[in-house]
Amino acid sequence: MINDIWILATASLVAAACALVGVFLILRRQALMGDAISHSVLLGIVLAYLITDSRALPIMLGGAVIIGLLTAWLSDTLNRVGKLQSDASIGIVFTLFFAIGVILISLYAGQIDLDQECVLYGEIAFIPFDTLHIGGGGNLNDGFEIGPRAFWAIAVVFIIVLISIIVAFNRLQTVAFHPKLALSLGINIVFWHYFLMTLVSMTTVASFDAVGAILVVALLVIPASSAYLIAKSLKTMLWFAVGYSQASVAIGYTLAYQLDSSISASIAVSAGVLLFLTIAILQVQKWRQRHKKEILNSHHKYNRL
Amino acid sequence: MAGFELFPPPSLWDNLRLFWQFEDMNVLWVLMGSVLLGMSASVIGGFAFLRKRALIGDALAHAALPGVMMAFLLFQTRDPLIIFIGALCSSFIGFFLIDWLPKNTKIKADAALAITLSFFFAIGLMLLSFIQGMEVNNKSGLDKILFGQAAAMTEGDIKLLGYVTVFVLVTVVLFFQKFRLIAFNQAYARTLGIAVNRYELLLALLIVMSVVVGLQLVGVVLMAAVLLTPMAAARYWSNQLAHILIIAALLGALSALISTQISYLAPAMPTGPWMVVSLSVLFILSLLFAPQKGLIKQHLNYKRLRQKVAEENVLRTLYKLHEGHPFSHHHFTQADIQSFRNMPSSCLQNTLKQLCKKGLTECTTQGFTLTPEGIKKATQLTRRHRLWENYLNEQAALSPDQVHQQAERIEHILTDAQEAQLQQELSNSQQDPHGNQIPSSVPSSIQSPVHSKEGGGRN
Repeated sequence: MINDIWILATASLVAAACALVGVFLILRRQALMGDAISHSVLLGIVLAYLITDSRALPIMLGGAVIIGLLTAWLSDTLNRVGKLQSDASIGIVFTLFFAIGVILISLYAGQIDLDQECVLYGEIAFIPFDTLHIGGGGNLNDGFEIGPRAFWAIAVVFIIVLISIIVAFNRLQTVAFHPKLALSLGINIVFWHYFLMTLVSMTTVASFDAVGAILVVALLVIPASSAYLIAKSLKTMLWFAVGYSQASVAIGYTLAYQLDSSISASIAVSAGVLLFLTIAILQVQKWRQRHKKEILNSHHKYNRL
Repeated sequence: MAGFELFPPPSLWDNLRLFWQFEDMNVLWVLMGSVLLGMSASVIGGFAFLRKRALIGDALAHAALPGVMMAFLLFQTRDPLIIFIGALCSSFIGFFLIDWLPKNTKIKADAALAITLSFFFAIGLMLLSFIQGMEVNNKSGLDKILFGQAAAMTEGDIKLLGYVTVFVLVTVVLFFQKFRLIAFNQAYARTLGIAVNRYELLLALLIVMSVVVGLQLVGVVLMAAVLLTPMAAARYWSNQLAHILIIAALLGALSALISTQISYLAPAMPTGPWMVVSLSVLFILSLLFAPQKGLIKQHLNYKRLRQKVAEENVLRTLYKLHEGHPFSHHHFTQADIQSFRNMPSSCLQNTLKQLCKKGLTECTTQGFTLTPEGIKKATQLTRRHRLWENYLNEQAALSPDQVHQQAERIEHILTDAQEAQLQQELSNSQQDPHGNQIPSSVPSSIQSPVHSKEGGGRN
C-alpha cells in the first residue's frame, strides 16, 4: 500500500513537471526539441554514471543538462553552418546521441543497472525499492529512510521548475508568445531558449527512472497540447496542463492495475486518450456552431425573400 | 593489421573471417537484406527530406509499434506478412493523424508529430507489456523490434524485406520524374495536370513500407536516422537529385553492411544503434570533406576570398597614393598605406608579402611600389570602383557621400563584361562623383597592346 502511494506520488510529480515545461515547448514550437532532448539525455546519464561511478542526483542532473544543451546547440549549429533544415539537424543529432547511449549500455551491461528495457519504459513499479537514506555516514543502508530516490529527484526538479516559472513568468510569457517583441525589448532570447532547454533536460532526467527516455515525450507534449486547445491565457494553460497530467496519471494507474500492463505506458496512453477526447468535443462544438450559422443564414435568406 | 600474426588470433578476427566466408547461408541473406533496406530507406527518405518532413520516418516507425503488437495479439502468430500488414495499418493511421491534426485543430505541425509519435509508442509499449504478462507461445523476441537485431531475423523476414525493398526501389525509379517535380514544386506539378494527391499517397505508402520493413533490422527508435541521415550527408556531395539519391543509397548500404557485421560479431549488440553511429560518421565526414559544399572547402574559399579582397584593397590604396603624388617619389611606406586605409599592420605585412610574391608590387629599401603588372590591376580596380560610384549616383540617385561604401564591395566582383556595360550606360564616364578622374581601361603609363574588353564575355 505504502508502495502504491510512493509510485503515485512520483508519477504525478513527473507528470506535473513535464506538463509545466511542455507548455513552453508547445508555445515556442519546440516540441521536437523536447523529443530530441529526452532521447539524448540517455547518453548524459550513461556517461555521468560511467565517469563518476555514482548515481547521485547532482551528477545525473549535471550530465543530463550538459548533453541536453549540447543537443540544442549542435542542432542549431548544424542548421546554421551545415545549412540543413532545422528538423533534419535535430534528427541527426539526437539519433546519434541516443544510439551511442544504447551502445554504451550494451557494452557495459554488467556495470550499469540500466538496460534497454528500462530506457523505454522506466521502471516505476520498482521505484519504492531504491530508497534514499539520510544520516548513518557513508553506508547506504544505515540511517533514516526518507523514501524513494526517484521521488526526491523529481521533487527537487519540480520545485526548480515551479520557482523558475513563477519568478520568470513575465519574461517566459513574452519570449513564448512574441519572440520578436522580446527581442526589441532587449530580452536575451538565446539565454531564455537555453534556459528552457535546461529545464527540459532536468525534467527528463528526473523522470527517467519513472517513465524512461521516450515516454517522457508523451508527458511533455500531450497534456500541454490538450491545454493549448482550450486555454485562453498562459496561466490557465499551465493550470489546464497540470490538470490534464494529473487526470492521466489517475486513469493510467487504474488502467495499468486492471490490465496488468506497464504503468508508465498506460499513463501516456491515457494522456493521449484525453487529448483526443478534447479534440473530439471541440470538433463537435465547431460542427454545431457551423450548423447553427447555416440555419441562421437560411432564415435570413428566407426572411429577405 | 601488420602485427596481427604476433598474437594468437582473437575470436573477433575468426568471427569476421567466418562471416565473410558465408558458410552460413543465412548470413548472406541477412547481409543482402540489410543492404537493400539501407538503399531503399535512404532513397525514399530523401523525398521525405525534400518535402521538409525529415522526421516523418521517426513518427511512422513509432506508430508502427501498436500495429505489430495488435497483429500478434489478434492472430497469435509471428508470421512476417501478418505482422507487416498490422504495422502498415497503424503506421498509416499515424501518417494521417500527423496530416490531420494541424489542418483541423490549433495544434502545430511539430507538436502533431511529437504527439503521434509518443502516443502510438505508448500504446505499443502498453500492449507489449500486456503481451509479456500473457501465457502465449513465441512471444519472446517481439521486443527485438525496438532496437533491431539483424541476427534474430528469420528466413521469412528476409524474404519479405527483399520483396518490399525491391518494390520500393523499382517504384521510385519508375516514377522518379514525377516524384522529383512534386518534391520541388507542388503547385507547378498541379498545373501540369499531375494527380499530385495520388502520388503523395504513393510516396507515403513507400515511406511507410520502408519504415515498417526495417523495424526488425534497425528498430523502432532509430529508424528515423536511416531515412534522414544518408540524404543529409549525400546533399553535400552533389547538386543533382539523381546523383544525391544514388550517393544516399550507397551510404545507406555501407552503413547497413557495417552494422549487420557488428550484429553478428557481438550478438548482444543491437543493430540499429550501430547503423546510426556508422551513418553519423559518414555524415560528419561528408559535412567536413565534401569537395564543394564541405565545411573545410568552404572555409578555404572564404579565406581565399578575404585574402583577395585584402590584396586588392592594398593595390587600390597604392594606386591612390600614386595619384596623389604624380611626379614625386613612387615609393610608399606601410605608414603611407595605413594613412589611407585602416588595416592592422600584421595583415598589411602579410598582404604586401603576397603581392610581392605575385609580382604586383616591388619592395625596395625606400618602400613599396607597383610593378607595371600591378598598375594594370590597380587601374582596373579603381576604374570599376569609380564607374560603379558614378552608376549609383546617376541611375540610383544616391548622393556622392553614399556611394563609396557600396563601390568598395562591388569592385572585387565586377567582371569585364559588366564593366563594359557600365561604361555604355553612363553618360559621364570621365569623372566619378567625388571629382576624381576615372582611368581608362588601358593604363596610360604602360600602353600595352589593345585589350578587346568589349569582346570578352568571359568572367
